[in-house]
Amino acid sequence: MEFFFEVLIGGLLAGVMYALVAIGFVLIYKASGVFNFAQGAMVLFSALTFVSLLERGVPFWLAFLISLAAMVLIAVAVERVVLRPLVNRSPITLFMATLGLSYVIEGFAQALWGAQVHGLELGISDEPLELGGMLLSQFDIFAAVTAACLVLLLSWLFNKTRLGLSLRAVADDPLAALAVGIRLQRVWVVVWAVAGFVGLVAGLLWGARLGVQFSLSLVVLKALPVLIIGGFTSISGAIVGGLIIGASEKLAEVYLGPFIGSGIENWFPYVLALLFLLVRPAGLFGERAIERV
Amino acid sequence: MFYREAGQFNTRYAQDRRIFALRQDRHGLVALLLFAFVGVPWLGNDYWFSAILIPFLVLSLAGLGLNLLTGYAGQLSLGSAAFMAVGAFATYNLEIRVAGLPLLVSIALGGLTAALVAVLFGLPSLRIKGFYLLVSTLAAQFFVTWALTRFSWFSNNSASGVISAPRLEVFGVSLDAPAGRYLLTLSVVVALFWLGKNLVRSELGRNWMAVRDMDTAASVIGIALAKTKLLAFAISGFFLGVAGALWAFAYLGTVEPHGFDLNRSFQILFIIIIGGLGSLLGNFLGAAFIVLFPVLLSNLVSLLPGGLVDAGQVENLQKMLFGALIILFLIKEPEGLARLWQRFRQRARLWPLRY
Amino acid sequence: MFKRSFASSLALALSLTTAAFAVQADNEQYFPLQSYRVGPYAAGGTGFFGGFIDYLKYVNANGGVNGVKLTWSECETEYVVEKGVECYERLKKGLNGAPAAATNPLSVGIAYATLERSTADKLPLITINHGRTDSTDGSVFPYVFPLQLNPYSEVSAIINYIGQRAGGLDKLKGLKIVTLYHGSPYGKETNEVLQTLADKYGFALTLLEVPHPGNEQQSQWLNIRREKPDWVILRGWGVMNPVALKTAQKVGFPADHIIGNIWSNSEDDAAPAGAAAKGFIAITTHPSGTDFPVLQGIKQQVVDAGHGDLADPKRFGTVYYNLGVVNGILNVEALRIAQQKFGKQPLTGEQVRWGFEHLKLDDARLKELGALGLVQPLQLSCSDHEGGGAVRFQQWDGSQWKLISDWVQADRALLRPIIEASSHQYAREKGITPRDCSKES
Repeated sequence: MEFFFEVLIGGLLAGVMYALVAIGFVLIYKASGVFNFAQGAMVLFSALTFVSLLERGVPFWLAFLISLAAMVLIAVAVERVVLRPLVNRSPITLFMATLGLSYVIEGFAQALWGAQVHGLELGISDEPLELGGMLLSQFDIFAAVTAACLVLLLSWLFNKTRLGLSLRAVADDPLAALAVGIRLQRVWVVVWAVAGFVGLVAGLLWGARLGVQFSLSLVVLKALPVLIIGGFTSISGAIVGGLIIGASEKLAEVYLGPFIGSGIENWFPYVLALLFLLVRPAGLFGERAIERV
Repeated sequence: MFYREAGQFNTRYAQDRRIFALRQDRHGLVALLLFAFVGVPWLGNDYWFSAILIPFLVLSLAGLGLNLLTGYAGQLSLGSAAFMAVGAFATYNLEIRVAGLPLLVSIALGGLTAALVAVLFGLPSLRIKGFYLLVSTLAAQFFVTWALTRFSWFSNNSASGVISAPRLEVFGVSLDAPAGRYLLTLSVVVALFWLGKNLVRSELGRNWMAVRDMDTAASVIGIALAKTKLLAFAISGFFLGVAGALWAFAYLGTVEPHGFDLNRSFQILFIIIIGGLGSLLGNFLGAAFIVLFPVLLSNLVSLLPGGLVDAGQVENLQKMLFGALIILFLIKEPEGLARLWQRFRQRARLWPLRY
Repeated sequence: MFKRSFASSLALALSLTTAAFAVQADNEQYFPLQSYRVGPYAAGGTGFFGGFIDYLKYVNANGGVNGVKLTWSECETEYVVEKGVECYERLKKGLNGAPAAATNPLSVGIAYATLERSTADKLPLITINHGRTDSTDGSVFPYVFPLQLNPYSEVSAIINYIGQRAGGLDKLKGLKIVTLYHGSPYGKETNEVLQTLADKYGFALTLLEVPHPGNEQQSQWLNIRREKPDWVILRGWGVMNPVALKTAQKVGFPADHIIGNIWSNSEDDAAPAGAAAKGFIAITTHPSGTDFPVLQGIKQQVVDAGHGDLADPKRFGTVYYNLGVVNGILNVEALRIAQQKFGKQPLTGEQVRWGFEHLKLDDARLKELGALGLVQPLQLSCSDHEGGGAVRFQQWDGSQWKLISDWVQADRALLRPIIEASSHQYAREKGITPRDCSKES
C-alpha cells in the first residue's frame, strides 16, 4: 500500500510538470485560437538560452531576464510574421503554421547555442525525503510549489488587471472586443510573451531534471493529452488533466506493465485521453461548441 | 497558342467525363509515363534510383494517402507513419509466413491490414473532431510503434527487432537491382494514383469534400457521416500501408519500427501542405520538394570551399528554412505548389495573349 | 607540385597490373563520412567525427599512409536512416577519383539499411562498438565489421565484471540484476543473451523498458526500488542516461551500483546529471584522457595549429572524441595492412576489406602508434570480424572518468554458437552461401 501511494504521489508531482507545459498552450489557445505546437520549441529555446548564458558567467537573475526578453522578442516576431498575415484563417492552417514555427525555433536555438547537452543546477538538492516510510522528491515538491505560484500569478493577472480583462474579452468574442476598442494585436503579443514566460519556467524545471538539450522540445508530446483531458480553454483544466495523466500513467506502468509489457508510458496517456473524449468530446473543462448550419 | 482546347469537340458523354479533357494533357501524360517507364531506367544511375526517385515516388504515394484523409475528407491526422509501419510489417510477415504468396499480393494484403488498423483508430472520429481528433491518430502513432517493438513476433523474433527485406520478385523476375526496384515502385504508384483520381471524382469523393467543408451540413443533406469518414480512414490507411511496404522493401531494404516515428508523420503532412491540400498533383510536387530540397542544399554547400560553412549549421539552416517555407506557403499560397501549376496552365492556355 | 606528381607516377608504376587506377590523378584515399552534428544525438556525432577527422588530419600531417593522402567529405545524416542512405549513395563512388575506403555511420539504423548495399558495392561497413551482433561472423557478412565489441560481448563482459566484484562467477548465484533498456531495437538486442547468462549463472534478471526518448523514468525506478537489485545495467542512449541517473538519485538508488553500457559511458551522459552521477560506473573500450602520445601528437600538430574539428576545444580527450580517434586508428591501420599486400596506393573497398580482415594490433604496434592502453589489442580474421571483446570499467568522479579496472574479457566462446545460429539463419533467408574461412588467405 505504501508503494502504491509512493507511485501515486510521484505521478501527481510529475503531472504538475506536464501541466506547466500545458498551461502555455491554454493561454495561447484562449487568446488567439491557435493550437500552438511550437510551445515545446519555446521551452527548449528559453532553457537553452538561459543555460548557455549561465555557462558564460552571466549571473542567474540577469540570465533569467535576458531569456525572458528573448521570449518577448519571439512573441513580437510571431505576431508580426505569423499571426497577423494569417488572421481569419482556419484553425488547422494556424496549427500547421506553428508546426513550421517549431522547426524555425528549434533550428535557430541549435544554430545559436549548439547541440550539446547542458547540465542545469537550480540549487535545489534532489536527495529523497523520507516521510512516513515513503520517499518524496524534494525537487518535485519544489516544482509543484512553483507551479502553484505560477497559477496564482496568472489568475491574478487575468482577474485583477486591465490586461487580463481585455484578454478575457478577446477570448470570449474577438469581434466584440475589437468593437469596444481593445487592440487585438497587442493582446496577442502579451499572451505569447506570457506563454514564453511560462515556457521559460517549465524549461528551467524540466531542464534541471533532464539536462538541457534537444529532446526538451519533446515534452510537448506529454502535454498534449493533458490538454485534451482538461480542455483547450481552461487553466484549471490543464492542472487537473496533468494530475490525472501523471498519476494514471505511472500507476499503469507499474501495475499494468508487468502484464502487457513495460514502456507503455508513451501511448497510455493518449488512449486515456481518448476514453475521456468519448465521454466528453470537448474535455473535462472545455466549452461545448454549438454548431449551426 | 499550342496549349488550347479550340477544335476539340466531345461527341460522347464518356469523352466529356474523361479525366484529362485536353488532348495536349493526354499526350503529355503518355509522354511522361513513357519517359518514366522507359527513358528513366535507361538514363538513370544507382544514386538517382536509390536515393532520389524511389523515396520520391513512395512519399508521393504516402502523401496521396494522407491527402485523401486530410485534404479531401478533412480529418486531420498525425498517425500516417503508424499506418505505413503496419503495412510494412504486415507485408513482411505475409512474405515469410505464407509460402508462395506473390510479392504484389502480399503488398496489397499489407495495405488492407493497414486499412483495418486505420479504421480502428478512425472510429473516434465519429464522436470527436478537429484538434481533439489528433489525439486518436497520435495514439495510433505511439501505440503501433510500441506494439511492433514490444512483440518480437512481428519481426520474426530477430534479436534486434530490425527486419530485412525478403528478395523482391514479380512473375519470376528478380527486382533486386535499383532499376528494378524503381520500376516496381513506379508501377504501383501509377496504378494507385489512377485509382485515387477516380475515387476523388466518384460519389464517395464528393461526399468527402462535403464532410470536409462542414460535416454537420453534410449530414443534413443526407450523407452518411459514419460510412464516409470511416471509408476515408480505410482508403487512406490502404494507400499509406502500401507506401510503407514500398518504403521498407523497395527503398531501404530494411525496417525498424522507429523508422516510422512521429517525424515521418510530420514529413508526410508537410508534403501535402507544401504540395497542396486536396490536390493529386500536389502530392508529387510536395514529395519532390521534400526529397530534393535537403539534397540540393547540402550539395550546394559542398560546392563552397571547405570550412566556410559548418556541416551542422547547414542542417540547422535547412531546418529553419523549412519551417519558414511552410509558414510562407500557408500565408502566400495556402493551396500549395499545385496551385502555382494551375496558374501556369491558365496562362499557357491563353499565351501569347494576356486574356 | 613536383613532389605530388612524382608520388602519383610512383603509384602508377606500382599499379601497373590494376589498370583501373591508371586514371588516378591524385594519390588520395577517400573516407565518406555520414556524420551527424545536429538533432537529438548530435553530442555523440560531433565528438566521434571530430576525433575521426582530427586523426585523419594527424596522419596527413605526418605524410599520409605510405605517402597516400587521406581525404574525406561529410554528409549530414541527423541520425535519420533515409538521410544516411542518401549520403551513402552519394558518397560511395569516392571523391574526385579518390576511391572510398570504408563507411563509418555510427548509427545502428543506418548500418542496417546500408548493410546489403555495402556487400553489393564491395565497400566495408565499420560499426565500431555497435551494430548487428551476428555480423561478427565474417563468413556470412564479409563486408561488415563490428570492431572491438559487439553488443553480446558487451553484456557478457559486464556480467563477468559483476562476478569479479562479487568474488567469482559462482557468486553471481542469487544476485538480483535489473537491466533498464532503451525501447528500441538497439536497447532490446541483448535481452535474450542476458537471459541466457542469467540461466547459466543463476542470477535473477529483471528487464525494464524505458520508452523512447526516455525523459520520464519515474515508474521504472520506483519498480527498481521495490526490487532492491544488487546492480542495475543501464542500456541507455542520449537523454535517457542523465535522466536515469537523476531519477535513481530521486528514489535513493546508489549511483555506484549502476553500470552504464557502451552508449551510456560518455561525459555527455554523466555530466548533465550533475551531482547525481557521482560514482556512476560505465564500461569503455577506450579510456578518456589526453595523456596518450597519439593524442598529444594530435594536439600539437592539429588542434594547436588551429585545424581541430571540435567547436568546443574542451571536449578534446572525451570518450566520444577518443572513440573517433580509435576508429581512425583502426581504419588507417587496416589501410596500411592492405597496402602491404596491394601496393602503396589508393585502394578499392574490396582491397581495404582484406586489410580489415587481417587487422592485427599487438602491444608492440600499439606502442609505435602511441595508443597503448587507448586501443585494446585485437586480431581479426575471416570468421571473426570483432577481434577484441574486452572492456575496461570507469567511474565518474563528478567531473571526469577514472578507470577502475583492467581489461575485462567477454566470454566469447559462449557467445559464438548463438552468433553463428543467427548468422546462419540470415544466410538461409537471403540465400547466401557462407564463405569457407579455412580456404581464405
